[in-house]
Amino acid sequence: MKSLAELAAIREKMQSKVVIREGMGTTRVVVGMATCGIAAGARPVLNAFVDGVNANGLNDKVAVTQTGCIGICQYEPVVEVYEEGKEKVTYVKLDAAKAAEIVEKHLKGGQVVEEYTIGAYSK
Amino acid sequence: MKELSLNILDVAKNSTAAGASLVKISLDLSESGMLTLSIVDNGCGMSEETLLGVTDPFYTTRKTRKVGMGLPLLKMAAEMTGGGLTITSSDKAGESGTSLVATFDTNSIDCMPLGDIVSTICILIAGSPEVDFVFTDTRPKGRVALATSELREVLGEGISLAELEVQQWIKEYLEEQYREIENL
Repeated sequence: MKSLAELAAIREKMQSKVVIREGMGTTRVVVGMATCGIAAGARPVLNAFVDGVNANGLNDKVAVTQTGCIGICQYEPVVEVYEEGKEKVTYVKLDAAKAAEIVEKHLKGGQVVEEYTIGAYSK
Repeated sequence: MKELSLNILDVAKNSTAAGASLVKISLDLSESGMLTLSIVDNGCGMSEETLLGVTDPFYTTRKTRKVGMGLPLLKMAAEMTGGGLTITSSDKAGESGTSLVATFDTNSIDCMPLGDIVSTICILIAGSPEVDFVFTDTRPKGRVALATSELREVLGEGISLAELEVQQWIKEYLEEQYREIENL
């Protein structure tokens, strides 16, 4: 049975990490979670990013966050990746499998997955 | 939307967007199969005029576009089963808030499955870790409950409910409770 005591253990573990995390340049993965995104399948995409970041130990480097409607509903699920010092990358029409691939190649490997970007899609 | 839990995710975000510090989401399933969803918040509320328009798909507070489908989709999902949607709201300072009640007849063939409600609750908390969420799912067989204020008490200041380790705990905590009532 999950208990609040386990949560206290997480607290102890985290407190030592908080200090290190501050001031570090982080990558932000922003998932559009308005009606349009949710209806198109943004929830499993968000979960895939969270799980992928977790599984690859990228927690300290990558923050997965949510936003509202990005304004290009026809391309949902839409995800934007912001990296310090680099241009924003907009991925479109994602699903959980594509999200896992982006974690592997882009977030971990540093290579943008061109074929899923809005630039490639609108050609 | 293919799952009620997706509608809940969508509509509950209106509460956090309204600046609520407390959002209560409850599901109640009766013996006869009537499901009542209620979402109550203490956000900024709506004027009477706004309230009249919210279930109209061509009404939205959004500036980017002229349609807002969230509440109309929930209303449709409820009405298709023979249920309905009622929203009350107040924008008076000091007592503002919105209360939404949707009913569904789960015996209806048109009733969508609840789907991955655990994922919905986790994402809501991760998206607004500073908001207090109270979630309950009461069924004839048992009850699932989570109050983020209790978790915050244990975690103390400085550790966000959006942290992955905490999210993982919340997910497992809820899944375990669901497994328990399903095994009864």
